[in-house]
Amino acid sequence: MAEQSSAVARYGHGSRIPGWDDSVDLSKDPAVVPDPATTPVPDELRAQIEAAMAKYPNFRSAAIPALHAAQDLHGWCSPTAIEQAACVMRLTPGYLTAVATFYDMFETKPVGRQRVYVCTNISCSLRGGKEMLEAVKAAAGDDPDLNVRGFECLGACDIAPMASVNGEFVGPLEPADAEQLIADLKEGREVLPDKQLSRRACADPGARSDG
Amino acid sequence: MADKLLFDRIDEPGLDTIEVYKRRGGYQQLERALRMTPEEVLQNLLDSGLRGRGGAGFAMGKKVSFLPRGGMDKYLVCNADESEPGTFKDRELMQKSPHMLIEGMVIAAYAAGANRSFIYIRGEYELQAMKLEAALIEAREAGYLGEDILGSGHSQTLYLHRGAGAYICGEETGLLDSLEGKRGNPRLKPPFPANQGLYQGPTLINNVETLATVPHIIRMSGTEYAKLGVENSAGTKLISISGNVQRPGNYEIELGMKARDIIYGLAGGPEPGREIKFWFPGGSSSPVLKPEDLDRGYDFDSMARAGSMLGSGAIIVVDDSNSVVDVALTLAKFYRHESCGKCTPCREGTNWTVKMLERIHAGDATPMDLDIIASVQDQIMGNCLCVLGDAMAMPLSSMVAKFRDEFEQYIEDKRAAAGLGEIPEPTPIEIAGAAA
Ligand SMILES: Cc1cc2nc3c(=O)[nH]c(=O)nc-3n(C[C@H](O)[C@H](O)[C@H](O)COP(=O)(O)O)c2cc1C
Ligand code: SF4
Ligand code: FES
Repeated sequence: MAEQSSAVARYGHGSRIPGWDDSVDLSKDPAVVPDPATTPVPDELRAQIEAAMAKYPNFRSAAIPALHAAQDLHGWCSPTAIEQAACVMRLTPGYLTAVATFYDMFETKPVGRQRVYVCTNISCSLRGGKEMLEAVKAAAGDDPDLNVRGFECLGACDIAPMASVNGEFVGPLEPADAEQLIADLKEGREVLPDKQLSRRACADPGARSDG
Repeated sequence: MADKLLFDRIDEPGLDTIEVYKRRGGYQQLERALRMTPEEVLQNLLDSGLRGRGGAGFAMGKKVSFLPRGGMDKYLVCNADESEPGTFKDRELMQKSPHMLIEGMVIAAYAAGANRSFIYIRGEYELQAMKLEAALIEAREAGYLGEDILGSGHSQTLYLHRGAGAYICGEETGLLDSLEGKRGNPRLKPPFPANQGLYQGPTLINNVETLATVPHIIRMSGTEYAKLGVENSAGTKLISISGNVQRPGNYEIELGMKARDIIYGLAGGPEPGREIKFWFPGGSSSPVLKPEDLDRGYDFDSMARAGSMLGSGAIIVVDDSNSVVDVALTLAKFYRHESCGKCTPCREGTNWTVKMLERIHAGDATPMDLDIIASVQDQIMGNCLCVLGDAMAMPLSSMVAKFRDEFEQYIEDKRAAAGLGEIPEPTPIEIAGAAA
């Protein structure tokens, strides 16, 4: 057998996946749909999820909206968040965990509440997106309230390099903006108001209203 | 140059409200379409020659005509996932003129006989989702959505569904699974969504821009719309230009315009003193083109003849200050991250490609690695369930083929910098049992 690369962490029998050769723990009960009697769900969260379920021919379609709502409340898709959503939707927590792990916006580990997604995809990296991410990370330090992440193309390459700060798109950024961005965020101010995409006019001169 | 259709006075204050939209003639095309029969509306779509604006460029009218007739539950889904790197046109349209999309969706659903419709918008577009949600409430109150719309007998619900960050949910069948509340893994085709789509019902899926164009086709008539643009590429197109240009942004052009006039004329070209090294004509999934292709027309056929594609209409310009190896690595990492993992050539191939490019980057490669990279791309192409695998393989193999010299030079320089010296002569590998 060929020697295995030492660069990749390997578990028993050479697998990269922990636990694959452990037998199933038969003493454990199978995952069940959480019991409403013993699973308290905040009223507002329940109302949000139930409203979402009513929009679709099949209630399961509300899985993503339910996870968004639960994450907004709990800060991340914690076991409690998943359990509450599963309880309202009458699904197993395992089902919702499988869904949550597929999507980048769902956090499966505890993170700060303030989201800063810095784009490092192609158009942004041509204009310094990767350096921008480093600058924002440095400015954020280890503040536990901040969740600074590199992100794939956010659909705003016209303001590259850019970031999404709690959903507000800002750019074009310069490394010097990082301090201001983090300071605005920490102090609850509007973040870099004159760099917000929402205030930007269309680039096409033929689209101007005076026309 | 044709007048703007989609971007006509797009920055007019309040255009996102029904009041201003209607004052400008909004929803009149819906009224007009509902006075026609669905067949007449469909005929206009067929006549218009409108091709899908989401990437694949399939004729929209034809797709509508694939849906079975009859009274079963049929669905219309608008693909607003817009995650193809370099693409940001739907964002501007939804944010500034959400009612145009809604009007187009009701007309398209009427032609297709669909009574339930959804907009699947990427989760990161929070402002755009808010604008659409507000516009949907206005449209329902005004009776443009709901039961028996304007007394036509056509009923339709339309809901907004927010995704949560996954490029693969832009692929139409991945989108459907995601909308059904699952992981967004693409499905095997056939059956195509027109036969078995959302909840197994016949489903029409179109891009935001495609659907927003529909009211304009009704206003002008299909045959008039078809006069815009060039053969096989009718109409106007929203172009997103980004990367190394001086005026990045969205522009509406008539298809067939010279690529040079778009990149230099509209977007100002690269910074003074810089030259274009290569450009992606249709998002990061399109094979790259060189400066000598700039005099081609920007339309479906011309881009295909150049060996690339129009894709989503997103032009990414890379100037000579950037290394092709860095761009290739960024690109490959994106596809590795976004591969859903369902099929082996894509899941493993994207990973191998990243690892080999990283090896080149680290100065630990030989030119033979370039052949291996090329061969991995060959083995991905055509062997996957959806085209995400091909979407990496196509641009990547075009980069290696067109910039082989630069790759080799890079390998050599990096080896020298790492103190590894000359590239060793390749030694034939002895394989036990193989004939000498
Ligand atoms: C990996 C992948 C990602 C895609 N992303 C999008 C997207 O974000 N938006 C879109 O409209 N089409 C996207 N498409 C194309 C869709 O599958 C589909 O062709 C399109 O939505 C059809 O609409 P159209 O005919 O109006 O273009 C993607 C395709 C693939 C393979
Ligand atoms: S090609 Fe890639 S993204 Fe598409 S289904 Fe296969 S593994 Fe998933
Ligand atoms: S590449 Fe950064 S927003 Fe598109």
